[in-house]
Amino acid sequence: MRATLWRLGIVRGLTWGLGGTGGAMAATMLVRAALGLGAWNSGPVTAVGSLVGILFYLWGLGAFKGWGRWALGRPEEEHPCQPPWTRYFSYATNHKTIGVQYMVTSLLVLLVAGIYQLIARLETSQPGIQFLSLDTYNSLMSLHGIMMLGGVLLGISGMINYLVPLMLGARDMAFPRLNALSFWVTPPAVVLFLLSLPAGGFDTGWTAYPPLSIRGPLGMQFMLLAFYLMGWSSILGSINFLTTIIKMRAPGMGLFRMPIFVWATLATAILQLIFTQFVATAFLMVLLERLLGLGFFNPERGGNALLFQHLFWFYSHPAVYIFVLPGLGVISEVVPVFSRKPLFGYRAVALSSLGIAVGGTMVWGHHMFAAGIEEWLRVPFMVTTLLVAVPTGVKVFSWLATMWMSRIHLDTPMLFALTSIAVFLIGGITGVPNGIIPVDLYIHDTYWVVAHFHHTLFGGFVFPAMAAIYFWFPKFTGRRLNEGWGKLHWALMTAGFFITYEPMFWLGLNGMRRRVADYDPALGLGTMNIVVTIGGYLIALAMLLFFINLMGSAWRGALAPGNPWRSRTLEWQLPSPPPEENFPTTPRVVGPPYGYGIPGSVHAVVAPAGGAGEKEERWRTAPI
Amino acid sequence: MNPRRHALRVTALTALASALLVALFLKTSLTPLPASAQAEPIDRLLRLMFAIGGVILALCLVLLVYNVLAFRHRPGQPEEGPPQEGHTPLEVLWSLVPLALVLFLAVEGALALRDITQAPPGEELEVRVTAFQWAWRFEYPQYGITPGELRLPVDRPVLFRLTSRDVVHSFWVPEFRVKQDAVPGMEKVLRVTPTKVGSYKAWCAELCGLAHTLMQAPVRVVEPEGFERWVKEQRR
Repeated sequence: MRATLWRLGIVRGLTWGLGGTGGAMAATMLVRAALGLGAWNSGPVTAVGSLVGILFYLWGLGAFKGWGRWALGRPEEEHPCQPPWTRYFSYATNHKTIGVQYMVTSLLVLLVAGIYQLIARLETSQPGIQFLSLDTYNSLMSLHGIMMLGGVLLGISGMINYLVPLMLGARDMAFPRLNALSFWVTPPAVVLFLLSLPAGGFDTGWTAYPPLSIRGPLGMQFMLLAFYLMGWSSILGSINFLTTIIKMRAPGMGLFRMPIFVWATLATAILQLIFTQFVATAFLMVLLERLLGLGFFNPERGGNALLFQHLFWFYSHPAVYIFVLPGLGVISEVVPVFSRKPLFGYRAVALSSLGIAVGGTMVWGHHMFAAGIEEWLRVPFMVTTLLVAVPTGVKVFSWLATMWMSRIHLDTPMLFALTSIAVFLIGGITGVPNGIIPVDLYIHDTYWVVAHFHHTLFGGFVFPAMAAIYFWFPKFTGRRLNEGWGKLHWALMTAGFFITYEPMFWLGLNGMRRRVADYDPALGLGTMNIVVTIGGYLIALAMLLFFINLMGSAWRGALAPGNPWRSRTLEWQLPSPPPEENFPTTPRVVGPPYGYGIPGSVHAVVAPAGGAGEKEERWRTAPI
Repeated sequence: MNPRRHALRVTALTALASALLVALFLKTSLTPLPASAQAEPIDRLLRLMFAIGGVILALCLVLLVYNVLAFRHRPGQPEEGPPQEGHTPLEVLWSLVPLALVLFLAVEGALALRDITQAPPGEELEVRVTAFQWAWRFEYPQYGITPGELRLPVDRPVLFRLTSRDVVHSFWVPEFRVKQDAVPGMEKVLRVTPTKVGSYKAWCAELCGLAHTLMQAPVRVVEPEGFERWVKEQRR
């Protein structure tokens, strides 16, 4: 048993990581003492400790072993036989393993972030300070925001990792080792997120605007480092996604035969690759200002406080599309299957993802209308912002047209897709007033904005992720989720969502500022805030049912056939769960992915094992 | 049933739902009653968007619900739906109509922005606002006074010059509608013409640390004579 434990990458990584952190902290303190600075200063000591610790952790995990052997020209190491579950705790390179690692981590992070806000929400149910200190409220609310976004990034990486190679007919991602690295830098990020609260939390919200973030306690530094690591993961992941989509498609899989989820991944990965560096830079600059006293954002030392906001929103607006495009891709996968009709306007839907991505790069300034962006930049940003509504509308109308005159089956994935469409639609429409400058000057920083972006993120990520889990769970596990529990989960969560978030629009219009623990009783907002809290706890109850269903069904759910939903895309043409190297022979793609009802239409031909031809040379994955 | 009958029904239901939704939205009171000249164009734009957004929301929600109710697969029906892959004129239409709508709103927005930000003829009352954790400091350079509260004469244009001593704050009186961040190291301006005598509160709208939630200052809009009297008292 001990030998098995030590063979688990995570145990070795943790041991090395803790050792490295401790050693580096001790060394830093010695150096500080030698320089006469006073041994303990929490900021620099923990910063050096965590950075060195992460390198040691990766070393212990075995992240550099493969590359090291490759660089030295040594043969690859043979893996001793291990029980299959150990791969999930090791530096495994199979895209399906990594997909599961990502998805499970994502659910855990989202769960913690949700619990934080459930506590903070109780406090806001009524005017006055109920039971939380202002400090605790600010920290919980801020951590809720940044951890949710971290969880969403992990979630989309999980879905993309598991599904895209299967959908493309590939054996794995283009760079399996890089893929493992992009997952394994995230557990330290999660640990840092979790340590933030005991280290004093932070009171800036997820946006970390300086000069406030320069003054924050140690928890601030942990959050900045954690998101910095998430950024690494995001950039490394996107390189893999792009290369895989461009180079690893099965023969016949032209761009316009790719499932929409792959198109969405393409658009998301382009945004991740180009824009993540900006938020990383911004956070790094705050860290350097905190640790080394550089004056980037401090006007007294020649800095500019608004500079951060530009750098931050360069990324963080495109990031919104990074978060929602894969989810919208899921809706485009689910709707045709359960409508038994081709996706209406396939090409327009495919290109609209790129349209949203391109348009989304030119709109960051709309987050700064009230911050005092240059006068002559306001109107151009208003126009670009509003233009994003057009490709978004194309998607919604196309889904509705797909269902028109179709034969709809209301299984749980479809129910979640329907809720997603309604919620995302409201999120889109309520974003327009935020884009119109004069109105935004009123509703900016109010609950209107909170309601708006929770609609886009629930409609563009959370509900589609639920649809995805109910849809692909049989593929992941070979078992089906319980439909009865699933439908109850859907009903509760949909009701809970609308009860929570529709009143927030009203609250915002009536003067409720966002990110406050307390509000003026004279505004008369108490009743509606109680409704919001009740709705929030309904969502929590629905999530509880979901987790029970997830674990129960993974344990002893009904066995699923390879293709329970009669879908045409490639991942469903395999047994569930798919074999280690996916396809026994390279599939051939011969038609559109959603040819439901078209006589004689076939998406792909998958030859059985031992059939025509050997594995082709082009399947070889790079040693990276 | 043929598609034409379905389309007719959807149109009728959309008309009904639009009427209901728009009426509901327009009836929804904005309880911070408008109290500035800037509030009028903003509230008008908001109502315009409630009307347009209400119709689009109604159309899509009606279609969504109608699809589910009318087109559920029933036993005995063929398994697969009709193989319709697209309809180019329709796709062009639903790209162009939203495009026209958002461009129209952009023009309306730009015109309203000009209205609420342009300098009025004549002299404005200047108020320097300095934000700091977690309070406001007001200064009237034309009168040389630094009172503990913000007092404004009704119907006289005010030019706020905002800055911050520490972190980013945001100056917001909900009844005036407009807000502007106060950024350290910079001076930002905000124009407001109060139009209703009364007591209001200026809140900080940008998260500024521990006591952000409590950061506020009383605002009183008074008759011009009362304002002059108050200024004299402050000078003493």
